[in-house]
Amino acid sequence: MTYHFNFNFVWRYADKLYWGLVLSLEIALISILIGMVIGLSLALAYTGGNRWIRSAIAAYVEFIRNVPLLLLVYLVFYGIPSAGGFAYDALTSFIATLALYSGAYLVEVFRAGLDAIPKGLIDAGKAVGLTPWQRFIHVRMPTMFRIVLPSLSNVYVSLFKDTSLAYVIAVPELTYGANWIKTNTFRVIEVWIVVWPMYLATCYALIYALRLLERRFSLVRR
Amino acid sequence: MPQSLVQIRGLKKSFGSLRVLDGIDLDVAKGEAVCVIGPSGSGKTTLLRCINLLEPYDQGSIKVDGTEIGYEEGGSTRKRRSERALAPIRADIGMVFQLFNLFPHLTALENVMLGLTKVRGISKAEAKDRAGHWLNRVGLSDKLQSLPSQLSGGQQQRVGIARAVAMGPKVLLLDEITSALDPELVGEVLSVVQGLARDGMTMIVVTHEMTFARDVGSRIIFMDEGRVVIDGPSRDVLANASQNERLKSFLARIEMKH
Repeated sequence: MTYHFNFNFVWRYADKLYWGLVLSLEIALISILIGMVIGLSLALAYTGGNRWIRSAIAAYVEFIRNVPLLLLVYLVFYGIPSAGGFAYDALTSFIATLALYSGAYLVEVFRAGLDAIPKGLIDAGKAVGLTPWQRFIHVRMPTMFRIVLPSLSNVYVSLFKDTSLAYVIAVPELTYGANWIKTNTFRVIEVWIVVWPMYLATCYALIYALRLLERRFSLVRR
Repeated sequence: MPQSLVQIRGLKKSFGSLRVLDGIDLDVAKGEAVCVIGPSGSGKTTLLRCINLLEPYDQGSIKVDGTEIGYEEGGSTRKRRSERALAPIRADIGMVFQLFNLFPHLTALENVMLGLTKVRGISKAEAKDRAGHWLNRVGLSDKLQSLPSQLSGGQQQRVGIARAVAMGPKVLLLDEITSALDPELVGEVLSVVQGLARDGMTMIVVTHEMTFARDVGSRIIFMDEGRVVIDGPSRDVLANASQNERLKSFLARIEMKH
């Protein structure tokens, strides 16, 4: 028996893939923005906090990092609403999950970045007469972001790929779209042949854009 | 004696059980360039860092232009000023660091402008003029747009000096500013400081450069084990060095290094 490739079905439903990709990017973007707020706030709280605050933050980070993302997706979508007696839609649930998930990784990234700011720069900020808030805005943040930019790039790219897990709770992102076409047309190989390069190209584009950003903000100019 | 701009009385400071400053009294008059010399661990850098409270101290008083720097004294209580309250006081005390400590994400010009715009509240255009003037004065008019990573050590240190001086400080603290430089770059930095001394800038200079201490400093303070051991006019101190055993052995060690 020979297999005849037929991409017609895939093209017919191409809009599902196109809009799926757009949604994947939107999910990644919103999650990373919320995740960065979580990560940065907790990293600052950790750096300046007492033992209890540090323990609470460490517990959050360890919990998230040691549980598979898929389980977290189920936990947030099915577990919390059924325990709490309320409901939210799948998209909101998934974005919340991914934000909490990336937040935990970003706490570590930002904490390492804050620790890596040379103490002399803070001294220089003080000596010039900057207030603590001005030192935060003009010295600590810009230096920290430049230090962590390469690690941030890694988190961004993995987070984009992780959006494919949303398909298990029927969020119509790219993998969900591919799965829908597969189920309705049985053109399994064709669908994945199209979707695979879509992920690949998007990740490459992301990496390239982030590299440009790294180069633009590098502390060492060549 | 003219009224002192910097007045230090009974300054004590310990790191754990180690007493680093053991009762320092020091007066620096306006326009004076005081060089502080002494072996490693004698407390020179700590003394300097106490003057703008980068290092808190345990006892004593430091006044700059009549203002008690780090602590508000009321009756028997001694309360450390908040970082916010310290900021405008520190703005009047310039400091240049051994390792330059330039803000690595800002160009030479922006490094100098930051304090002018954010602390002094000067408009961007005026700050740019003033920063450009000082960078020109330290011989870096062609490096305004360079990041610190694009500059040599000597150039970075000159930006550091421009950054401190542009703020118009009452006193300038220089902390071993040539120690991290290759020998051939030391001269360019010292000549800038010499120029400032000639202009009457009040300076407290921690240094290992004896020729500099002799030629620029109007006065030498020799510190050992957290105390001021000798305090006098530069030429006299160095000329009579043989009369003090500790100073003599310190100078002999320095001599061997250079």
